[in-house]
Amino acid sequence: MQINFEDERPIFIQIAEGIEDGILTGGFAENGQIPSITELSVNYKINPATALKGISLLVDEGIIFKKRGVGMFVAPGSVSKLRAKRKRSFFEHYIKKLVAEAKKLEITSEEILGMIERGYKE
Amino acid sequence: MNGIEVNNVSKNFGDTLALNQVSLNFEPNKIYGLLGRNGAGKSTLLNIITNRLFPDDGTVTIEGLIGTENDVAQKKVYMMSEKNLYPKSMTCQEVFKWSKLFYPNFDLEYATKISNQFGLGLHKKIRTLSTGFSSIFKIVIALSVNTPYVLFDEPVLGLDANHREMFYKMLIEKYSDASFTAIISTHLIEEVATILEHVMIIKNGEILINDSCESLLSSGYTVSGTAQQIDAFILEKVVIATDTLGGLKTATVMGNIDKDIVPLGLEITGLDLQRFFIKLTNEE
Repeated sequence: MQINFEDERPIFIQIAEGIEDGILTGGFAENGQIPSITELSVNYKINPATALKGISLLVDEGIIFKKRGVGMFVAPGSVSKLRAKRKRSFFEHYIKKLVAEAKKLEITSEEILGMIERGYKE
Repeated sequence: MNGIEVNNVSKNFGDTLALNQVSLNFEPNKIYGLLGRNGAGKSTLLNIITNRLFPDDGTVTIEGLIGTENDVAQKKVYMMSEKNLYPKSMTCQEVFKWSKLFYPNFDLEYATKISNQFGLGLHKKIRTLSTGFSSIFKIVIALSVNTPYVLFDEPVLGLDANHREMFYKMLIEKYSDASFTAIISTHLIEEVATILEHVMIIKNGEILINDSCESLLSSGYTVSGTAQQIDAFILEKVVIATDTLGGLKTATVMGNIDKDIVPLGLEITGLDLQRFFIKLTNEE
């Protein structure tokens, strides 16, 4: 996961989404431990308060749970929960951009569909 | 009262007004950035807080105690200054030992550990240290004193990229371990922005910005696209800077953005802090 300062998204959101990506790709398994606030902030060179804010978002959504004195863990069922959430935003985040770029290049919707099918096959 | 309070402090050097009625509050356990161009008044302010300079007017209190000529108050504060004030014939290790006499919570073991990580030779004499290692030597002390307030005046002066990275990471680690107030004075805003919780920008002895880093970053954005599109888009918006490259244009815009009304083809990115800072602190 990369923190990009130029990104329009605030850093705490980037942290939360980075952890989400880790859970979705299996980097952080359900019931498995995730890095501590200190590890996250040192690694990404960010203020611990920012890292905490990002993690708190995930705690509020029930994706991450804290065990006092032990650490932070991925809640069971997080993967399917996150998939559902990401699917809801898939159109906003990906399709709109894809179509905008395609229009710029004068690619028709038929051509895009063809490419998508090719993408699935590769 | 907690924290360091600077109340209406003014300072003149001859007919130069270095600080003009500055009032600030540094709360406990936060990381502050004090940003400004050379000569803006950063060091003067830090020197007044640490009683190395007397203000012409105004007061500084440290946890409720008057900071001027007050050892009890000053023991709570450590300042890593740009200048090297240590005896040049001493070795690094000797200075560390002396530091423990003045700052009883000085952690010798930690100082030795991070000196090794930086590659600072403990038996080297202060006079033989290069610019970079002279900074590192002062950083080691600042990170080891364990006072509730640590002031860093241009801490990364002469440090290479690796050592700068190490310093920032150690600072965060230290801060996560046992919170303290860090005030970092610098003009390298991009580098420290992610670490800071609160930003103060000073220009010509006056405070221009005193805000949380997050709200500062969300106070504007950068938009790029074709010159024609950008010109239409930025109409009636507060634009602090534009760059044109052929038919393309980039604008730094203040204010919030409604993502739903961004025309197709325009690219929105975060506020360019460096550009914002340069624009803000430029002499008109």
